[in-house]
Amino acid sequence: MPETLPPDSVGLVTPQAMTFSDPLEFESGAVIDDYTLAFETYGELNAAHSNAILICHALSSHHHAAGYHSMDERKPGWWDNCIGLGKAIDTRRFFVVCSNNLGGCHGSTGPASTNPVTGKPYGRGFPDIVVKDWVRSQSRLADKLGIDRWAAVIGGSLGGMQAMQWSIDYPERLAHAIVIAAAPRLSAQNIAFNEVARTAIKSDPDFHDGDYYGHNVIPERGLRLARMLGHITYLSDDSMHAKFGRELQAGSPTRGYDMEFQVESYLRYQGSKFAGEFDANTYLLMTKTLDHFDPAKEYDDDLTRALARAQAKFFVMSFTGDWRFSPERSREIVRALLENNLDVVYARIEVDEGHDAFLMKIPQYLQVFGAYMQRLAREVGA
Amino acid sequence: MNLRPDLEIISNWIKPGSRLLDLGCGDGALLEYLQGTRDVTGYGLEIDDDNVTRCVESGVNVIQTDLDAGLQDFFGRSFDYVIMSQTLQAVHYPDRLLEEILRIGHEGIVTFPNFAHWKNRIQLAVGGMMPVTRTLPNPWYNTPNIHLCTVEDFEKLCNERGIHIIERVMVNDDYRRTSAGNFMPNLLGRTAIYRFRQQ
Repeated sequence: MPETLPPDSVGLVTPQAMTFSDPLEFESGAVIDDYTLAFETYGELNAAHSNAILICHALSSHHHAAGYHSMDERKPGWWDNCIGLGKAIDTRRFFVVCSNNLGGCHGSTGPASTNPVTGKPYGRGFPDIVVKDWVRSQSRLADKLGIDRWAAVIGGSLGGMQAMQWSIDYPERLAHAIVIAAAPRLSAQNIAFNEVARTAIKSDPDFHDGDYYGHNVIPERGLRLARMLGHITYLSDDSMHAKFGRELQAGSPTRGYDMEFQVESYLRYQGSKFAGEFDANTYLLMTKTLDHFDPAKEYDDDLTRALARAQAKFFVMSFTGDWRFSPERSREIVRALLENNLDVVYARIEVDEGHDAFLMKIPQYLQVFGAYMQRLAREVGA
Repeated sequence: MNLRPDLEIISNWIKPGSRLLDLGCGDGALLEYLQGTRDVTGYGLEIDDDNVTRCVESGVNVIQTDLDAGLQDFFGRSFDYVIMSQTLQAVHYPDRLLEEILRIGHEGIVTFPNFAHWKNRIQLAVGGMMPVTRTLPNPWYNTPNIHLCTVEDFEKLCNERGIHIIERVMVNDDYRRTSAGNFMPNLLGRTAIYRFRQQ
């Protein structure tokens, strides 16, 4: 808990909610009549409305991207390293919007929300979502906020995939797409990891086929396992070694099943924390959304054709220690952009950290990101 | 904007409105200049972190990559010019890269330090040691320049590979064109600038 907030923080922020009463039709054909998107904003929208930036969050994240909800909050928003006063995404120049994805569990309508038709939580009856649906719901939020065109849509991991989808679905509504630690679609190995996580949740006796709300329980063991597995894939072997090595927890016995390496303790902590704050159905829904993201699919698996409508300038970044979405996967995106003669900058950040490097304070990352954003600010008059 | 004289020689060869790829583009000075003066579009390839940041600051489309990893991301004949300044001698397979240049570009432009310059010859012949000069400042054990060649070597390779040399300019230590260097290029020219295409 900070006594005073850091001077480069956006400070205390209050989450907002926007309710939409015009029905939203999903790609699957399902319709929900009304829905809410939770979001936060940082900085000021300028008179020309030219300085707005949309931040798209990753798999298990939310709209609290920067600043603090209260002086009691232990940690700032998830991308506080990059969003703030004088930071790469400089809130003195940009108006930053981050919304919780539809189907989420932090304020936006999702499986845990009450279905007005039944009066009970949607549960597994919540419509299947694809990234296109998220982008459509975000475009409606942009309409309501008076933003015709984003200066940039930015995201890491699954958020980067949303930025890519934005450039395809609404080419004239964004000047720049910034795609960080992403991939044009998941590999079989990526899907396999997600399936193990889903199996962990679904095989928990407290899951009750998704209707655990009615039983007043949560599939906590399943969620914990899912998160522990997830965390292994977010870190690299090198970064785990650097962070934990083979150190034992203080006070741990040196033999027996209770012996605890620090890495075990870390995973257990992450698992419990997650199980306490994340909805299991949302996790199932969002991992499925991630698995099915594949903009090239309807173009005979040709990503170049899929991106042919895009007009944005692209900035693609990858991290060498990221084995989940490796630099080679980012290069696939870059290649398709080059074939479309689009403006593209590609930076490959040399680091030991794994997939979650995009959240960290890595000097070269912040430097090149900041340089790009400053250039962008001048271009859009921010 | 003050452009290094050799880059100015190159930029005078570039037709306005053309598309180019700059291999080993450094801080992006050439591309930035050509974008501003000749309405050129294109990309720079660069491996060094600081240079990549400088390119981004200058608004140059830079792709951070190792040239030795190849150019397979670029499809055939997609650029009017492919430029490689002071980089040919630093890659693992200069001959393959020359062929790649002409696969993806209509014309290639390369510059490299001429190893047969008389000062190098004297250092090697009299001193008996690898030359260390302004153009080649690194000691032999710690140098990016692993494939040094001479004007004669380069032209022989071009001849063997069916590469037609359109133009050659020799420049001195200050990257300026000199009449001596162009009179006896292999002996008096410090840096060679070539423009070429497939025969």
